[in-house]
Amino acid sequence: MPEAHQIDIYHVAKLARLDLTEEEAGHYGAQLDGILSYIDTLTRYDLDGVEPTAHAMPVYDVLRADEPRTGLSQDAALGNAPKRIKDQFQIPKVIE
Amino acid sequence: MLASSSLTALRKSISSGEITPRDIVLDVARAIESRNPDLGAYLSWDVETALAEADRVDTSKPLGGIPIAVKDNMNVIGQPCTCGSRILNENYVAPYDAGAIQRLRTAGGIPFGRLNMDEFAMGSSTENSALGTTRNPHDLARVPGGSSGGSAAAVAGDLAIAALGSDTGGSIRQPAALCGCVGIKPTYGRVSRFGLVAFASSLDQIGPVTKTVEDAALLLNHLCGYDSHDSTSLNVEVPDFTEAIGQDIKGLRIGLPKEYYIKGIHEGVAANVQAAIRQLESLGAVVEEISLPHTELGVATYYVLAPAEASANLARFDGVRYGHRSGSAGDLMEQYTRSRAEGFGPEVKRRILLGTYMLSSGYYDAYYIRAQKARTLIRNDFEKAFKKVDVIISPTSPTPAHKLGELKDNPLAAYLEDVFTIPVNLAGLPGISVPCGKVEVEGKALPVGLQIVGKALDEASVLRVAHAYEQSCKIGSLVVE
Repeated sequence: MPEAHQIDIYHVAKLARLDLTEEEAGHYGAQLDGILSYIDTLTRYDLDGVEPTAHAMPVYDVLRADEPRTGLSQDAALGNAPKRIKDQFQIPKVIE
Repeated sequence: MLASSSLTALRKSISSGEITPRDIVLDVARAIESRNPDLGAYLSWDVETALAEADRVDTSKPLGGIPIAVKDNMNVIGQPCTCGSRILNENYVAPYDAGAIQRLRTAGGIPFGRLNMDEFAMGSSTENSALGTTRNPHDLARVPGGSSGGSAAAVAGDLAIAALGSDTGGSIRQPAALCGCVGIKPTYGRVSRFGLVAFASSLDQIGPVTKTVEDAALLLNHLCGYDSHDSTSLNVEVPDFTEAIGQDIKGLRIGLPKEYYIKGIHEGVAANVQAAIRQLESLGAVVEEISLPHTELGVATYYVLAPAEASANLARFDGVRYGHRSGSAGDLMEQYTRSRAEGFGPEVKRRILLGTYMLSSGYYDAYYIRAQKARTLIRNDFEKAFKKVDVIISPTSPTPAHKLGELKDNPLAAYLEDVFTIPVNLAGLPGISVPCGKVEVEGKALPVGLQIVGKALDEASVLRVAHAYEQSCKIGSLVVE
């Protein structure tokens, strides 16, 4: 784990698809440094050879029968669309 | 005031024909209208729909005719589901019922009212809601806890008979403790998460917030059960939890983790919990000290796993299919970045950034995998302890409710308030908070909560101890001045 947490906050924000103002970037950057220093508690313990736990309960590889079943109607699925056109979600033009 | 009655008492009155479901809905609606302006527990409530359901509900069913208030992160068809966020506040209408809501309806319950919460359940005070302030019924200058703060304030303030909350790191138990009501987080996988807006999928669990332990057992009976729409749902038998109610606790073994006597614990909270332990001993329980040596890792582990999972889960808010879409975006990338910047509040942004950073290339092993390993150690601690004892007891929260604004913009201090509740989610265990007297703070009597944690799938023991304690205190019904 890195010693000092020099987060490139704009790079992280880009990965998170989040616009940040300059003020926000400074503010969150400093707060995240503090939180990450606390999280370094984890480096004080020897965790080599410990199996990671993803879920507390042992449920794995849940599959269902590959059969069609009814879901939302097209109208219901599109009901919350901020913009829709011709029964589809509308987004800004991607390809010129 | 029917709204101040317990669920169990109202069911008897309905069965005997004394009152009708319509009477209850109208009474709860009156309580909301008169007191919600002060408490801010509800974000919205639809009386007409609830009355229509009250008029046609089958009152012979186990929850027949009882209105249940719902945290605003569970989908109820035709109703809003804001998650306390601006990003879902404009026009989202739930297109289906969550799995837990389907079960509630099958048992005759009526979902009524949408309860305030920290935005996307991220917080322990409900101050992170973008849509309103919720206040503690015992002192309006104080927070109700969170993230299910609306659920606890509504139930403790007699604006609801009972409510549903969700608990990722203590979000049912901690507000129940701070408001003086009962809240139980079931074993991970007991209650379907289908239709619960995901925060941290490996930790989230729905559970009841109620006025009494008996009510919690009854409501839990009708929330649990397998749901094929949730791949983490457990396909196991659901016992009748109300059978645990009234059984004595003679010979039951109670563990007290020595690591839980931390600095910063409020003196009054510690004293009340000590008194509760003596009371449980007098009821015949055998109390012994146990060790959960990796307790110190709990909060750090949680604040890796929960933000990491949240950053992935909240990627779905992109302004395309639902939720806020920025009006100023030029291209698709701008639509994503601006819609999210305009829609999410500060704590959500903080956690998305934190989670994204920890999952990003070069940091994944150092944070995420390391935290998953620490999670194993925490889980093993509990497994070992439960070879010696039946339940583990601690305060629910190290302090009573703080004042509104007291921890504002100090996220780390706020995170540390969850020290006793977080390990329970990491290990997937059932835990309840039951009222444990009050402490005097600045002239106000503030509730304290006792947390009782059980083995996986052993909600029955948790409820049994909670009920025995509750009855011995005669604090089943809390009166709010």
